[in-house]
Amino acid sequence: MGMLSAFANPHRFLALSHWLAPLFYVVGAALIAWGLWQGLWVVPKDDYQGGDIMRVMFIHVPAAWLAMASYSAMAAASFIWFIWRHELADIAAKAIAPLGAVWTVLCLATGSIWGKPTWGTWWQWDDARMMSVLFLFFLFLGYMALRAAMDSRQKAARAGAILAMVGALNVPLIKFSVDMFTSLHQDASVITADGPKMAAVYLWPLMMSGLGHSLLFGALVMTLMRAEIWTRRAARQRARLLAGA
Amino acid sequence: MSPKPILSAFRQALGESWAGGAGALLPLGFFAGAAVLVPLGIGTEPGMLRAVGPGILWVSLALSSLVTLERIFQADVEDGALDLWLQAGAPVSAIAAAKTFAHWLTAGLPLALMSPVLALMFQAQAGIGLLTGALIYGIGGLAFFFWGGVGAALSATVRRGGLLIALIALPLYVPTAIFGSMAMRGAALGDTAPLLLAASTLFALAAAPFAMAAALRLAAD
Repeated sequence: MGMLSAFANPHRFLALSHWLAPLFYVVGAALIAWGLWQGLWVVPKDDYQGGDIMRVMFIHVPAAWLAMASYSAMAAASFIWFIWRHELADIAAKAIAPLGAVWTVLCLATGSIWGKPTWGTWWQWDDARMMSVLFLFFLFLGYMALRAAMDSRQKAARAGAILAMVGALNVPLIKFSVDMFTSLHQDASVITADGPKMAAVYLWPLMMSGLGHSLLFGALVMTLMRAEIWTRRAARQRARLLAGA
Repeated sequence: MSPKPILSAFRQALGESWAGGAGALLPLGFFAGAAVLVPLGIGTEPGMLRAVGPGILWVSLALSSLVTLERIFQADVEDGALDLWLQAGAPVSAIAAAKTFAHWLTAGLPLALMSPVLALMFQAQAGIGLLTGALIYGIGGLAFFFWGGVGAALSATVRRGGLLIALIALPLYVPTAIFGSMAMRGAALGDTAPLLLAASTLFALAAAPFAMAAALRLAAD
């Protein structure tokens, strides 16, 4: 709890993110650029995965990681806000939602682009992972729509937190139910019980690209959070000025 | 805590949804209307109708639950009943569950009971399977109403919250829709799919009332 409270201080957050966000932007962009350069020009193509089109993996897989990680992060932030009422946690949840939705769409779009030449279809209804990511997207949309419909910041925070927690409770069930469909998607091949089974030549660019996307995501979240904090301060300042005048 | 506020809320919700919507006729009419639009839209070939029929009934059931739930908690927010419950320290989660259950009784159960008729119109085989099907639709409908109730409680203060309820609730309907349509394909009650359907409904019954209570406390502020 001590550490959580330390992070909950907006002043400390502003001071920290002042240099951390630019750092994340630069390192994230560099890693993504390196991963793309490796992926598009250096690594050999894999004919079992559709030839050159498999190079979309270096965006698709990081996007899938982030789609799942961002919903978990949003639910965790909502939980922290709901229990301890740290304002920063709500600001974080609010900032994560639109970004998570964007990476979810990125995952779906690159998946479709990969799927068309390899499986012969843009969309496969009985693929469990496509369905899971699609429902994740709807969970993000519902969260944003609910927040937008509330008439005060406090109510938006509470309603959003309740919905994010209900969603997080349901995610395992949704995942389990769509898994019961048969799947033509290739099985998980980066993280398995006996270590990664992907060739190292693909693994390194993929890991770096994943790290780069995560850093970029983190930087964007921090930027949105900073904007929200400054917006709130400006509103308070305006109210104070009006009251004084 | 005495069960009195729970019982009176249950009775009132029963009366409201029965009297306010021409008894069970309105939801039944909506359910049947939504279902019979499908053959007009996709064609009348018997083999195809038999294949899609159970799924169409699931979709119609989900839509009917969303339509009937829109105002379930709004009236309580507007007429102050919610404030009274909170002041009296009444168990809001139990009241919300009782109200949702009452709505399922008047608007969900009749649809399940009517499903054999619609299933016959969709060329299903007559027989005991139709009654099993009605039971499965009844169990699945209960989960629809409880998750839909969470959406309704969250948007109780939102004007024209119907679309919002749908967007919030539809991802939560996924397990029920999947297990339900798998159960209809198997159609023997001891199989895995009906048991999973029942389990996910029990999960909804256990979890949704607390989410509804948290949302209603928010609506009262």
